[in-house]
Amino acid sequence: MDFFPHLLLALMEGVVGACVLALTALGLSLVFGVMRVVNVAHGEFYMLGAVLAWAFASLVPGLPAIGFLLALVGSPIVVGAVAVAADRLVLRRLDYAPEATIVATIGLLYIIQQSVLALYGPNANAVVAPIDFRILLPWFGYSGYKLVVVAASIAVLVGAWYVTMKTRIGIVMRATQYDRETAQNFGIPVDRVYSMIFALGAMTAAIAGVLIVPIQQAHYLMGLDPLLLSFIVVIVGGLGSLRGTVVAAFVIGIGKGIVAVFFSPNLASIIATVLVALVLVFWPNGLFGKVSR
Amino acid sequence: MSGPVRHREDRRGIALQAGAILILLLLQFVLPDYHHTNVARILVLATFAAGYNLLLGYTGLLSLGHAMFFAAGLYGAGLSAQHLGLPMPAAFLAGVLAGLTFSILVGLVALRTTGVAFMIVTLMLAQACFLIILYFNDFTRGDEGFVLSAEMRRGTIFGFGYDLSDPNVRYGLALLLFAVASTGCYRLVRSPVGRVLVAIRENEARTAMLGYRTFLYKLFALGLSGTISASAGAAYGLLFSYVGATFASIQYSILPLLWVLLGGAGTILGPLLGALLMFYIVEFASEQTSSYMLVVGAALLLLVMFFPKGILGTLRDRYWRWLP
Repeated sequence: MDFFPHLLLALMEGVVGACVLALTALGLSLVFGVMRVVNVAHGEFYMLGAVLAWAFASLVPGLPAIGFLLALVGSPIVVGAVAVAADRLVLRRLDYAPEATIVATIGLLYIIQQSVLALYGPNANAVVAPIDFRILLPWFGYSGYKLVVVAASIAVLVGAWYVTMKTRIGIVMRATQYDRETAQNFGIPVDRVYSMIFALGAMTAAIAGVLIVPIQQAHYLMGLDPLLLSFIVVIVGGLGSLRGTVVAAFVIGIGKGIVAVFFSPNLASIIATVLVALVLVFWPNGLFGKVSR
Repeated sequence: MSGPVRHREDRRGIALQAGAILILLLLQFVLPDYHHTNVARILVLATFAAGYNLLLGYTGLLSLGHAMFFAAGLYGAGLSAQHLGLPMPAAFLAGVLAGLTFSILVGLVALRTTGVAFMIVTLMLAQACFLIILYFNDFTRGDEGFVLSAEMRRGTIFGFGYDLSDPNVRYGLALLLFAVASTGCYRLVRSPVGRVLVAIRENEARTAMLGYRTFLYKLFALGLSGTISASAGAAYGLLFSYVGATFASIQYSILPLLWVLLGGAGTILGPLLGALLMFYIVEFASEQTSSYMLVVGAALLLLVMFFPKGILGTLRDRYWRWLP
């Protein structure tokens, strides 16, 4: 293949990866932004979303489109319920203390991951894409389903923006983020807002997991890479800044796609990981973040 | 605290430390072969945990990337034995030096952050190290790792022959390493420098206000912690003859955290107790099920929720105020 088609392929793959990454990172950013909780188990919610998508899709064999829609609705609901339980039973009891919650979410990471291993097994399983359609370009064919991923991700991102900026729930969320105690004094049920935020964060990761599973197989260890990449994105984008998160996801997702196609995926990860550590050290508020109060 | 009380507390602490090492020394004559090797491994891992404890328990810095220091020692020793043909003692020193240099470099960068940011920076740097080890697959053999040959692990030092494949030699050296590391930590935390580290743990701003250059103290603590962890890594590779990328993975950053939390952060014998208990719990669980890491997750969660001071930390709070 010539250089140009190669670059085009890298860009297209990069955009698909970036969309899924933006969704995953959005959840992490939301949870950190409002609750100040670094959720190390976030990648496991993504994995759980993907594995549940497989489970839901296998309920209706032979009807991939219906199975997929069922997964798209069912997985996030189940994952959201798991997240609410984790918030009520664990995080709230720790009073959201930063270091204790990190240790606790590491515990949750292993508990979720190993429970999936016990119940689902060590195999990787694919879900059939809901649409079977290939775009034929002059140089290569491209899976039409990937465009569905891009469209669905953008829809969720726009939805998240709308909810946070234009609705009453969004105002309550932002008020809680801005000043927890004052919000409580104004009668906002901060506990319930926290549970909801944690569930929403987990659900966006689960949606990302459902969307990816026709491209990448569901496996119990698939949560680690998206977790680390989401960390990178959230840190570079500025902790808690949703706009920064989305911009950073696209820059990093596409950049990583290009380095991965032209050099090696491993090298792309090394560069990204070292860069983020340096960003965190020298620009603690991220490249797009505001100075925290 | 007044002089005589301090002195008496110290005597009890020293007696406990000496007693623990004596028991470990005698234990090797009664343990069956299988547990003999296990305890030798546990002693090396407990040294790793002791290094970690210096940072978490006494300086109050929670690192999520200590696998990189363990791996610095492991690969510093393993690669120099494998590719440069260094004899075992020199390879061990190479591992320790690699760990020292590396931990100072990491400290200069990572200690510019605090709290949650420090945890994430160490996690990220450790992950970068893991990926770098995989990237230089030709040299490190990546995930698969490499085994040090039996001839390499024999030699003479000061006229005495040694053979690291002899279980008794391994046990003796592992115990020596642990005894030096934990007694060194004990001496350090009872010294004025150790007091400053504890002061930083309790209130860094106040310590800085009193005129201590807290950055330098933290750098010292991280450097020493990393070097002890690296010496454990070097010993682990040389004594048990296997060097592989697994030891640089996130799991090996989480395990020392778990061992220290279980035994009791900020206690001298906590790391040993935690490593010993967790080793056998994980061993037992792995015989029952393939998802044995579940116990690691459950243990972390239960510890942080209901038992944050660990075993020895709780005993110290309730009964033995003098426990080091």
